Amino acid sequence: MHSITVERHRPNELRCRRPTADTLLVELSGSWRLQDEIPALTAVEQALAAEPRVQRLAFETTALTAWDSGLVTVVLDILHLGAQRRLVVDQEGLPEGLRRLVHLATAVPERQGARREAIRDPFLARVGQETLGLLASVGDLLGFIGEAILALIKLLRGRARFRPVELTLLIQACGAQAVPIVTLISFLVGAILAFIGAIQLAMFGAQIYVANLVGLAMALELGAMMTAIIMAGRTGAAFAAQLGTMTVNEEIDALTTLGLSPMEFLVIPRMLALVTMMPLLTLYADLLGILGGALIGVTVLGISPAEYVQQTRAALTLSACAQGLIKSGVYGMLVALAGCLRGMQCGRSAAAVGQATTSAVVTSIVCIILASAILTVIFFRVL
Amino acid sequence: MPPAEAHITVTNLTMAYGSFIIQRDLTFTVRRGDIFIIMGGSGCGKSTLLRHLIGLKPPAQGEVRIAGESLWAAAPEAQERLKRRFGVLFQSGALWSSMTLAENVALPLEQYTDLSPARIRQQVSLKLALVGLAGFEDYYPSQISGGMQKRAGLARAMALDPDILFFDEPSAGLDPISSRLLDELILELRDSLGATVVVVTHELASIFTIGNNSVFLDADTKTMIASGDPKQLREACPDPKVRTFLTRGEVGAQTA
Repeated sequence: MHSITVERHRPNELRCRRPTADTLLVELSGSWRLQDEIPALTAVEQALAAEPRVQRLAFETTALTAWDSGLVTVVLDILHLGAQRRLVVDQEGLPEGLRRLVHLATAVPERQGARREAIRDPFLARVGQETLGLLASVGDLLGFIGEAILALIKLLRGRARFRPVELTLLIQACGAQAVPIVTLISFLVGAILAFIGAIQLAMFGAQIYVANLVGLAMALELGAMMTAIIMAGRTGAAFAAQLGTMTVNEEIDALTTLGLSPMEFLVIPRMLALVTMMPLLTLYADLLGILGGALIGVTVLGISPAEYVQQTRAALTLSACAQGLIKSGVYGMLVALAGCLRGMQCGRSAAAVGQATTSAVVTSIVCIILASAILTVIFFRVL
Repeated sequence: MPPAEAHITVTNLTMAYGSFIIQRDLTFTVRRGDIFIIMGGSGCGKSTLLRHLIGLKPPAQGEVRIAGESLWAAAPEAQERLKRRFGVLFQSGALWSSMTLAENVALPLEQYTDLSPARIRQQVSLKLALVGLAGFEDYYPSQISGGMQKRAGLARAMALDPDILFFDEPSAGLDPISSRLLDELILELRDSLGATVVVVTHELASIFTIGNNSVFLDADTKTMIASGDPKQLREACPDPKVRTFLTRGEVGAQTA
């Protein structure tokens, strides 16, 4: 009979003994808790390897002072070693609670095929999958736009169903409540534009044309675009988060089962609210931008207020203002569509709501810039 | 069984949202190793009481003591230390949806112990195996069923080998068989880990299978109207309201 002692000066000890020729007795003593350092099982492995005659595995735990699930994993590992060598395992020596836990942990066998191996597809396969995914998402987008147009036609024929109260609340949320941030941003954009323009124009002594620059830039493009980007971050994200959370909570399913189309009930009011409010906000942003420019023109460049107003009025045409307003309506539609689409596509978890919101803002901004480029070219050709 | 020491002591607890009182004058003791049931009709404040016990909501009045130490009067560090000995299973599992099951169970271990990654992995596998989810380490919560999410939530609650396990409506949303298996698991864990268990439920089958001590909250009088072993309460509680509840309204048939 010999014994192997593993690493002294520990809170716990693991020894292997051979009380009979065919039995390996594992003695566990001391404290075996999660926070205790736990020795490796090399002693057991060595003992098993050294003695091929061993048929039985038994435990001795009378000197065990404390244990928790830290010990359970150790015992499970020893049992695993025993099972590999087809030993008869005698668990009598283990504390009763530990025996029960071991039994519980091994009671439900691992379900076949549950464990997943991390399979990495080859590079080309992944490129292919990504491309197919992209195509599918373009398909989704087109399908969504199609459904939205059908719902709009229904609305025009007076047969779409939604709650008017909801529409007024939405108009308030994406109209009146957006005024402060639109004020701040467009006023400052006008002022910055005037300042940068002034430095350049002063070289030709043409400071007065700052009024033309600011007025036309705001009316043609910047008023609409700045408002659209604010609304994408503010309202489009809110739409995506709200509809996404409704998807998670099965509220969308509840609407569908009642026979209410989520498209008519949720998407149409949001689109209407944004499409009507965006031109109004844009008009307001244009005015504030021109005011910002005027402030710089009057204070920094020394243009008289009357002169500035006169110059702006001469520069601005109705068609320039109309272009900006038409663009803003289109941007509003795009922001509402992107927000609602991403919200409705949302998966069923908190993380998915975050992704939906991010994706809504990114989609909106990409769409706004693309639409801006296309519309500018069209207006340039037509007018 | 010899009378065990008190583990959770609640004295004169009043719970309120602002000036709206939910329950007042709650006084009861949970002994070590008890499976303690908090029961009562819907809306009587069972879950609110649980939130007071696990340190989420401070009491309007009164005291909660865990093993003799006041939970709410303790310094923040002491309170953290007490709370670390709790394991809580929330009603719908409350798994973090952006993490896999393994990461969910591993998070408390990574934050509060200095175990090596290999030992954390071992513990995670053990805890998942204990609730019958061996091999599901790499699944996300959204990819498994509601019952499995609940069991995974239990594995996370057990990550740090807690002294006290709290369950909020463990059988809600489970079929009768899964819910019985969960009851058996609770009993098994109490016996093998020696933990104290506090369960909020109104599932009669569970109450009688696992509970050996309880408190009954009443929404009308806004206080507790009975406490003790639920099986004895069913037979001999002087308050007819409690007997009606515990016999699903068939109190006449039971007393006859």
